[in-house]
Amino acid sequence: MLTFTIRRLALAIPTLLFISLVIFLLLEASPGDPLADVPLTVPPEVRERMRAALGLGEPWPVRYLLWLKQFFWVEPLYFLDRSFGTDFAQGQQRIISFQSRSPVFDVIAQRIPQTLTVVGMSYVVGILIAVPIGILSAYRQYSWFDQIGTFISMIGFSMPTFFTGVVLIIVFGVNLQWFPSVYDTTLVVRDWDSFLAQARQMVMPVTVLALYNAAQISRFMRSSMLDNLGQDYVRTARAKGLPERKVVLKHVLRNSLIPVVTVIALGLPAVFGGAIITEQVFKVNGLGQLLISAIHGNDIPMVLTLTFIFAILIVVFTLIADILYGVLDPRIRYD
Amino acid sequence: MTKAPFDPAAATAATPAAGAPAITAPEAVVTRSQWSDVWRQFRRHRGAMVALVLFVSVILFVSVGPLLWRIDPTYVDIRARNQGFSLAHPLGTDQLGRDLLARLMAGGQVSIAVGLTAMIIAILLGSLIGILSGFFRRLDAPLMRMTELFLALPLLPLLLLMVTLFREPLSQNFGSAFGIFLLIVTAIGATSWMQAARIVRGEVLGLKEREFILAARSIGTPSHRMILRHILPNVLSPIMVAATLGIATAIITESALSFLGLGFPPDFPTWGRLLFDAVDQMVLYPWRVIFPGVLISLTVLCVNYIGDGLRDAMDPRIRGR
Repeated sequence: MLTFTIRRLALAIPTLLFISLVIFLLLEASPGDPLADVPLTVPPEVRERMRAALGLGEPWPVRYLLWLKQFFWVEPLYFLDRSFGTDFAQGQQRIISFQSRSPVFDVIAQRIPQTLTVVGMSYVVGILIAVPIGILSAYRQYSWFDQIGTFISMIGFSMPTFFTGVVLIIVFGVNLQWFPSVYDTTLVVRDWDSFLAQARQMVMPVTVLALYNAAQISRFMRSSMLDNLGQDYVRTARAKGLPERKVVLKHVLRNSLIPVVTVIALGLPAVFGGAIITEQVFKVNGLGQLLISAIHGNDIPMVLTLTFIFAILIVVFTLIADILYGVLDPRIRYD
Repeated sequence: MTKAPFDPAAATAATPAAGAPAITAPEAVVTRSQWSDVWRQFRRHRGAMVALVLFVSVILFVSVGPLLWRIDPTYVDIRARNQGFSLAHPLGTDQLGRDLLARLMAGGQVSIAVGLTAMIIAILLGSLIGILSGFFRRLDAPLMRMTELFLALPLLPLLLLMVTLFREPLSQNFGSAFGIFLLIVTAIGATSWMQAARIVRGEVLGLKEREFILAARSIGTPSHRMILRHILPNVLSPIMVAATLGIATAIITESALSFLGLGFPPDFPTWGRLLFDAVDQMVLYPWRVIFPGVLISLTVLCVNYIGDGLRDAMDPRIRGR
């Protein structure tokens, strides 16, 4: 197991390097010019100096290596300095956003809490809905509950989140006026009232994402339960007189959760991607919204860093899913 | 077939003279090809049949509809803007007075065309890579590494990036509408072939161990004929299921791009674009959001159900029952 983990980690590094190169070259090939908004009255030599100041003067391999050094060496040093009050970084150049002229990681750090509360919460809610539904519809296969559950989960992942979100806004935000339709990121939870306000504004985005996730996870849960319910050990457990509750909720459920846990781990980075749309619908000031505004503004360092962070999330969670699978299921041997 | 007691007279009579009736006899048996079996099983899946009917009606709506409802979807009639349901405009008009029914039809054409084309690209690419890496052992490792690399790419951010970056040059070279169509279709196709490749590779690896492949190899079948004659027909069913589900993802991705304002140009309706345009005024005119949204969801739901039914119908373990 350990050798497998180490081997996979060693493989993850070239994968990530390659992905970063792909994103970098894609941005490099783009015709967009970060200086496009600079007025034409600015003389060419000043323009050239501005270009150099943005770090655009060098050929691309140099800039790529510089970015790699900043991402993997300078930024962690700054992180250490920030956390322990040391001075390792010694004022080295950080990755600077073209748009806001502030370090990219500072902006990302400001945006992460919003994304995490909404996305994380919705994933947890989605799992909590999906698991019982999956258990019940597998246990009563082809019952009306199963039929309706399957139909709803089919609808759930056929409806794009930007449509469910907008419908929820129309119904609950506009017509019924129950929840605010725009997510207020300046809200600070200080007391009970502000906590309630925070909860109210989170209801709709969380519902949208949770339904979407629940639809997928419940189907996995159902098929995994069905696989296990037919196994011999279930008959043995019943034959030795265990109560039905214990058979299903202990023996079958634990075994059925193994593949579901890995699916959940695999799905987590995709949720961050999907949240881009939900954040846009509810105007949540999170990472997805940051990415879109950076794309529109030709903010190359920001786009590069953010996309790369998404890629890291995917690689890391795929690794976690593989390891979890091996840890949870002793029959799986990776050697 | 019932066994008759052995009758030497009948046997001798049957051998030379009755050779002709013995050959014609099997023709009386109804021939059952694999595909008629699949169709028979597919018809039993009630959800899939309903979905097939609905999907065909959606396709008729967007393809035949514009022939019957002949209002130009881009015709601006500013005096008739923001109208409700009426005889002249059954689904009302938008903020520029364009007929919503005509726009929904035109938008559907683009959305479904994008879905189908992107799916075809993804499936061709995926099957090619899957078959190559399953069949040729030397190609397996590099091709699967590449597939894993693609699976690790953050797709939606990358798609957004590709569309924004290459929108201008492509629309200059190919005209605004066709350029964007080409861009979106290739972008979606190039980022969604991985699942198909993995499924096909798995199937091919299993097939390669079977006796009929060994038999074909023993009579010296060259690789390309082996793939075309023996491998490809046998992996067709997983490919078809993946293709059906691929249409759904492609339609959703296209409308998501349009919804983020990064899809087709504003005067070029697609369902996602119509939804995006209507969001600004959803408080006053909620129907303009609902119609395209329902159409997207309905189409995707139908395609998913058809894929589900197809998967069941093509699974020989289920089909016999």
